[in-house]
Amino acid sequence: MGLFSMTKTVLKSLFKKPATIRYPAEPAKRFEGTRGQMEIDIDKCIFCGLCSKHCPADAITVNKNERTWSINRLWCICCNSCAENCNKDAIYQTNVYHAPIVAGETDVDVYQGKPVEEKPAAAEEKAA
Amino acid sequence: MAGRIVVPFGPQHPVLPEPIHLDLVLEDERVVEAIPSIGYVHRGLEKLVEKRDFKDFVYIAERICGICSFTHSVGYCKAIEAIMDLQVPERAQYLRTIWSEYSRLHSHLLWLGLYADAMGFENLFMNAWRIRETILDAMEETTGGRVIQGVCKVGGVRRDISDAKLKEMTAKLDSIGGEIEDLCHVFFDDASVKHRSVGVGMLSKEDAHKLGAVGPVAKGSGIALDLRQTGYSAYGSLDFKPIVETGCDCYSRCIVRAKELAQSVDLIKQAAANIPAGDIEVKVKGNPDGEYFSRVEQPRGECIHYVKANGSKNILRERVRTPSSANIPPLVKMLEGCQMADVPVIVLSIDPCIGCAER
Repeated sequence: MGLFSMTKTVLKSLFKKPATIRYPAEPAKRFEGTRGQMEIDIDKCIFCGLCSKHCPADAITVNKNERTWSINRLWCICCNSCAENCNKDAIYQTNVYHAPIVAGETDVDVYQGKPVEEKPAAAEEKAA
Repeated sequence: MAGRIVVPFGPQHPVLPEPIHLDLVLEDERVVEAIPSIGYVHRGLEKLVEKRDFKDFVYIAERICGICSFTHSVGYCKAIEAIMDLQVPERAQYLRTIWSEYSRLHSHLLWLGLYADAMGFENLFMNAWRIRETILDAMEETTGGRVIQGVCKVGGVRRDISDAKLKEMTAKLDSIGGEIEDLCHVFFDDASVKHRSVGVGMLSKEDAHKLGAVGPVAKGSGIALDLRQTGYSAYGSLDFKPIVETGCDCYSRCIVRAKELAQSVDLIKQAAANIPAGDIEVKVKGNPDGEYFSRVEQPRGECIHYVKANGSKNILRERVRTPSSANIPPLVKMLEGCQMADVPVIVLSIDPCIGCAER
């Protein structure tokens, strides 16, 4: 018996479909709740910087003056911490992984916010 | 007497999943002494605690290890919750138990595969990892991550599992239960497995106790040391007994892990059947002030998280003692007097995780 202990498994496996997927010819397994890359709805963002403060990997940089929100895709660990700390629900997580990229060239995604609308009073003063 | 030679083993070696270096002093083919050295993957994660918000450190605590990640976050959260006197809801405790057991299943299946690989039994390796894949799928579906779950947080858990999903998971475990049994049968009875591991890497009960072995290494040497008996998370309300083998060799350590697979499946089923309804987290107010020594049972053994805080949002000191660092002295003892060809099997039998031993 000691020598043929795998016979049952071998016979079973002969009549089963392969356990692996022919990726990339077939799409990869993906679940609804998979933690993939972070996305931002930049129009909702108020550039408060809470996300960058709570980022365990220091992947997010927020520039309030230039109104930019940037994320280093290679540093991001997809932990969802920024989305949880966002007061405006601007950041959300998708279930897709980011495509392969090169460090130092295409790894930082910069999102430019709309310029601040000038207050009516200020606009009037300017006009005058 | 033959002359002594020193053979360096690791940190890069085909059989080693992680970088540990051993200087093996040989007399012919016999190992007289093994001198271990670590320090190849130190990351300074304990120091990082001083710069991070204590709630955010859970993400880092979890990344100390790539295999027993969930148990690390449970250990850290348990320490903070004890310091802050937080009452974690029952449901969260049960969910933590379910995920802890899932990570135990995946860790043991990974180890059984690697162990088979160290013996040169490639079919068995592939078989173990095929079963592991279904466990990883269940984890990804419920937590969002395959090995880094990221669901544990201070005061509870991030995600809930619906009752329908729990039923589905239990049904799935029933169906893979047969496969696990077939796999264990090979480890228990196969002649090649026995040939490579029975009587290899002996560690007597006294030595295991004296050198501070933990987890399956201690259990394989007849010491019933299992921290789940302390009843953290929901283990107190589940029925289980630590698995102990008295062979003291690599085979016993392998049997302990193989038997723990069935035990984990049983624990998950029990937890899924008894899980109460309710909240999954409590609100955390203020900062921790005090110190706590939290002990949890990882797939590899006892893991300690010591946390000291002074009332600010950054923690003063965290100290982690992982099971792999505790198991290195017993490993050195096991290697004394063994054959050179058995070294890979013996090193693998403690399930070395140097990444978390060095942090």
